[in-house]
Amino acid sequence: MNVSLNVRAAVLSVGILVLFLAAWYAATTGSGPVAPMDPEYAKLMGLTATQGKSAMPGPLDVAATLWGHLRDPFYVRGTNDVGLGIQLGHSVLRVAGGYLLAVLVAVPGGFLIGMSPLMSRALDPFIQVMKPISPLAWMPLALYTIKDSGKSAIFVIFICSLWPMLINTAFGVANTRKEWLNVARTLEVGTLRRAFLVILPAAAPTILTGMRISIGIAWLVIVAAEMLVGGTGIGYFVWNEWNNLSITNVITAILVIGLVGMILDQALARVARLVTFPE
Amino acid sequence: MTDGNIISIEGIARRYPAPGGKGKSTTIFENLWLGVRRGEFVCTIGHSGCGKTTVLNILAGLDAPSEGTVIVDGQAIDGPSLDRAVIFQSHALLPWLSVQGNVAFAVRSRWPDWSAARIEEQARRFIALVGLAGSERKRPAELSGGMKQRVGIARALSIEPKILLMDEPFSALDALTRGTLQDEARRICMETGQTTYMITHDIDEAIYLADRIVLMTNGPGARVAEIVENPLPRDRARTDLYRHPSYYPLRNHLIEFLVTRSRTLRDAPADGWDPRHPPVVRPGAHPELVPGEPSLHSVPNALSA
Repeated sequence: MNVSLNVRAAVLSVGILVLFLAAWYAATTGSGPVAPMDPEYAKLMGLTATQGKSAMPGPLDVAATLWGHLRDPFYVRGTNDVGLGIQLGHSVLRVAGGYLLAVLVAVPGGFLIGMSPLMSRALDPFIQVMKPISPLAWMPLALYTIKDSGKSAIFVIFICSLWPMLINTAFGVANTRKEWLNVARTLEVGTLRRAFLVILPAAAPTILTGMRISIGIAWLVIVAAEMLVGGTGIGYFVWNEWNNLSITNVITAILVIGLVGMILDQALARVARLVTFPE
Repeated sequence: MTDGNIISIEGIARRYPAPGGKGKSTTIFENLWLGVRRGEFVCTIGHSGCGKTTVLNILAGLDAPSEGTVIVDGQAIDGPSLDRAVIFQSHALLPWLSVQGNVAFAVRSRWPDWSAARIEEQARRFIALVGLAGSERKRPAELSGGMKQRVGIARALSIEPKILLMDEPFSALDALTRGTLQDEARRICMETGQTTYMITHDIDEAIYLADRIVLMTNGPGARVAEIVENPLPRDRARTDLYRHPSYYPLRNHLIEFLVTRSRTLRDAPADGWDPRHPPVVRPGAHPELVPGEPSLHSVPNALSA
């Protein structure tokens, strides 16, 4: 067998998917018990009660809903009925805002901590205490001080993206190889040139690792944050559809959240590959 | 020290505090004096732990002596300087830069006002000097160990330093590559009259390259036991070194030093040993050792270990 590993892996992946869909389909098509009832009453009841249809949507229902969303992602039919694309857009923008703010703080901050043993020790207790706090715990404080639910969500994204980037940047900077720093010293390279031309490229792979962890956490947190603040966003959409008891839409949203998260992660992985240097 | 010295190491010591800050500190070496003349190639030989790398780091300005000073070209040194280029044992190239980028980084550090074209030209010239023309765009990861070290040499030479400092530059290379690079290093240093201070533990390397060989005893408490003047002619070639009548006496003298005297001379220095003026010897060049008259020293391999 000379089939490449990629092909074999792809075949296996498709096989697993087909198996999963078949199991899902089989589990949701069986008809349950149907109670005899008055036709007038039956009109008020859902298909589950009248025809024994499973309460869980099957793969075909979800596919149809997904197709509906994909066909018209940007419609607006009122405050609570807007396209999935618009909801996702709100979430992505919030993540981008909080995340970029965090980059602006964490990378210079990490440089400072990494380059100065004094700052590293002085700030370490604060970081250690702040890091394990669930970002959502900040939400009430954010709502109280910022008084704007959208901005509060951005703040929550900021605070959860901050720590992995800060810690990784500091680690990467502090672990710049001594020999490279010695090269810079013997060449009398100034502080700024050393920071940008020696330490930054040396630490870039580690910094990007932190950024990749952060974007993953930010995308995890935005769903929960939007469930709390409400109004717009994919997290709000999930909660809204739960309140509508539209499990089909909830599953569709889950799928889309996963896909967008993957795209964000892969985008940063690609950037990371650009700054990685072979040794 | 005499005025002809471009480097004058004056009574330096290096001590490391005892672990935990209590008890006696460890003295790697103390009261070390050494001069290097302009245009001279000096090798230091000694076992690991004798502080030869520390001496080189102090010369480079990467380390500071606990006592004493080092005077280079009439000025006490105070940290690293572009006048003193270092070739590191591990080549220490920046892996995210190309060959050209690594050398140009050094050139731009030396002459920040130069135009990009001039910097590129200077870098190209020195890359060609070490025989790497055509590999300018390659990354260090694409180069063999010997080629990487060539880039290290090009980078050090491209800033046209007053002094070239080499920390066992060829020790990580295979024997064939090492030989070629030694030839190149010797050719370049002879052509440019480069003052070079190199540390090694390879006797043959020292014999081939050095004008004078500094012998350091074992550490801690290392001292310069003696300075060996290389009796071989300056225009020596690797291939017929061993034919020279002074070759084996010199080689045996160095081996004997590394095998026994590097230990005994640390515990008890020779009579009349003066740290400021360690004895200067010239093996094989003594009157009683003229070729034809048999003696212990003129018998090839008599003492080789």
